[in-house]
Amino acid sequence: MTGRPRGTATGALSRRRLLGAAGAGALAVGAAGVGGFAYGNDSEEPAHGVDRATYPFHGRHQAGITTPAQDRLHFASFDVTTDSRQQLVALLREWTAAARQMTAGAPVGGDAPTSYDAPPTDTGEALGLDASGLTLTFGFGPSLFAKDGTDRFGLRDKQPAALRELPHFPADKLDPRRSNGDLCVQACAHDPQVAVHAIRNLARIGFGTVAMRWAQLGFGRTSSTSTRQATPRNLLGFKDGTANLKAEDPKSLEEFVWVQEADDADATWLTGGSYLVARRINMHVEPWDRASLREQEALIGRDRGEGAPLSGGTEFTEPDFDLQGRDGPLIATDAHVRLAHPTRNKGVHMLRRGYNFTDGSDVLGRLDAGLFFIAFVRDPDVHYIPMQTRLSSQDALMEYLQHTGSGLFAVPPGVTSTSGFIGEGLFA
Amino acid sequence: MNRVLTAACAAAVLATSSACSLTESNSTPAAKGAGTITVESSDKACDLSASQAPSGNVVFKVKNTGSKVTEFYLYAADGLRIVGEIENVGPGLSRDLVVHAAPGTYLATCKPGMTGQGIRSKFTVTGSGKTPAIEGVDQAGIDAATSQYAEYVRDQSQQLVAGTTKFTDAYKAGNDDEARTLFPRARIFWERIETVAESFGDLDPKMDLREADLEPGQKWTGWHRIEKDLWPPASGYRQLGTAERARFADDLLANTMVLHERVQSLDYTVDQIGNGSKGLLDEVAKGKITGEEDIWSHTDLHDFQGNVDGARVGFEGLKPLLEVKDPALAEQIATAFHKLQRLLDSYRRGDGFVSYDKVTEPQRKELSDAVNALAEPLSKMTGAITL
Repeated sequence: MTGRPRGTATGALSRRRLLGAAGAGALAVGAAGVGGFAYGNDSEEPAHGVDRATYPFHGRHQAGITTPAQDRLHFASFDVTTDSRQQLVALLREWTAAARQMTAGAPVGGDAPTSYDAPPTDTGEALGLDASGLTLTFGFGPSLFAKDGTDRFGLRDKQPAALRELPHFPADKLDPRRSNGDLCVQACAHDPQVAVHAIRNLARIGFGTVAMRWAQLGFGRTSSTSTRQATPRNLLGFKDGTANLKAEDPKSLEEFVWVQEADDADATWLTGGSYLVARRINMHVEPWDRASLREQEALIGRDRGEGAPLSGGTEFTEPDFDLQGRDGPLIATDAHVRLAHPTRNKGVHMLRRGYNFTDGSDVLGRLDAGLFFIAFVRDPDVHYIPMQTRLSSQDALMEYLQHTGSGLFAVPPGVTSTSGFIGEGLFA
Repeated sequence: MNRVLTAACAAAVLATSSACSLTESNSTPAAKGAGTITVESSDKACDLSASQAPSGNVVFKVKNTGSKVTEFYLYAADGLRIVGEIENVGPGLSRDLVVHAAPGTYLATCKPGMTGQGIRSKFTVTGSGKTPAIEGVDQAGIDAATSQYAEYVRDQSQQLVAGTTKFTDAYKAGNDDEARTLFPRARIFWERIETVAESFGDLDPKMDLREADLEPGQKWTGWHRIEKDLWPPASGYRQLGTAERARFADDLLANTMVLHERVQSLDYTVDQIGNGSKGLLDEVAKGKITGEEDIWSHTDLHDFQGNVDGARVGFEGLKPLLEVKDPALAEQIATAFHKLQRLLDSYRRGDGFVSYDKVTEPQRKELSDAVNALAEPLSKMTGAITL
């Protein structure tokens, strides 16, 4: 999807236009066209702050993976509370319809007037706001397929072999109330109000079929998924995701992100999809801030200002892990960049799409903050679990980190028609 | 506190929605846009963008362009029967009226200043050919629903008086064990009609205020004052003496009698009953599920059951109407009531319930999920019926 902005995919009335004259005034300012721009999923990023960006909901892959990482996140995990497969499918259809509307900047339920005696179909807090680059990405957890040995919805035969609860990694301190779930939704947007509005409305639509299990807000992206984006910083103060997979490298995406038809004979429905790894990683920021710059850079393996590897060069220079200094390699043997680097992990890559978070402070007055790590991989058994096992046991940075939440979800391919729905292939 | 019914609105039955609109199915909205009429109501004119629309759901988007408060009515051809109305539209504001209209002739009417005959014009609804057969509910069905509900409230109020009398007698006599047993068993009648009781803004604070809700200098009386005395905190509390007990007990009973007297003359409209049902579930979602209601006695599940009982009676009374208007919604609500009740029943012990401090956090979440599963479709009932 290269090329230029297109008109919005749907004819739905935008939220801004609903507001009438005030909205019309705002529309006259800024870029051309009524109804805002639509950008391709893969490569174009709107100029920062252009909240009228829309990304198409339909496509071979779901949006929100190779889409240039938006600034804000609201991630939610749900438990299915019904035993009825029919009801579950009905919900996925309803969610798909709502996602079409919201990602186009339209209110849930469209513009149809409703009775004054009925609650409005849309909760309203995004009225007057544009789509803000909203993407909604849906995933299925292992417990959807089988829970306590029960084949809940007749899906067990279709459970991908790699879709299992992640193993316990050394030093994990997982909170069950921040882990796992039957379904997940990743809402990303440039405006946090738009992302929160999306999750809230999906949760509302889901009452009686699903119940919110846990949710996480992310206030700033920590990864770039396009070469057009600058590399952002995590809460340790360092650039994060320099070596990330990018939308401009479709060959690597096929190799490391998208599930291929031959990957799993029982789960061909997942072809064109991916796996979403979620990890809530708390950072002990107060002790970190008391660490010398020497220690900080040694732990990361990069310099703080530029983000260049300690072996020299600039941010995008490949690290030279063999280059020796006075007391051994310039990039320490237990430095994060070394242990996480593809060359040290059998050449595997992943597409990281994490967010900085803070949930206020804990009872001791410490910042409850860190990285909500999200990665999309083709096979977690190959592209995530081995690397995390090494990091959790060997990465010197772990002294400042604690994993407090976890989830693995299979992300089905995109919806390709206006009558289709998320996960249609699974329920076929 | 949820004042769904106000004393003033309960005093007289206003036919806010006519029998006609109540008894027709909601299905088949008009082709998108075809049935939408914009109305500009100024102080001197009532301008409609069209004088006719195809049958089905017709939407009037009314904007008050005048300086007075206005109203818009769609009357039947006789100019008397109201098919749909919106009231209290302030200057500059817009509001939508959605009506389900059968083919025929109507009178569209703006009433700037809210008085007089209003500014009327003929409005025609043409046959769209898509109007389904409408299964009617006669006025008798509506009357039955509203009068049954009024009867239910009076009956519960009667039982509340009886239960409160026994409870306060035991409490005054110092039979604390008996009083503790009677406390939740009398309160359940209150909880069943809580939204009606709360509509009396003078009585509710005297009878059901929680300690945490007190304003500075406010005198604390009623159920929860006595609750604390029967389940006193381990330290820092002085038990009430006989005279003080009598004062609080007599006050509660006297206020209960006043409530009972007042509900004798109350009538209810369909939307009041529907919103009351939803309001009772809101009470559960806000106060009972968290254990804030009966913080000393932990008898919250009795109150929970009372709210659910009251909500179900409201729903079941309206169900024949809803089944005409939106049978799928009626089915969804009925199923959700059933699931919630089954879950509540699993906490029954003897003729009562488990103490709420023994209900774990995951169990409370399960209850909360079941309440949400019911309250969400229930919130759509009134709109579905009155359309």
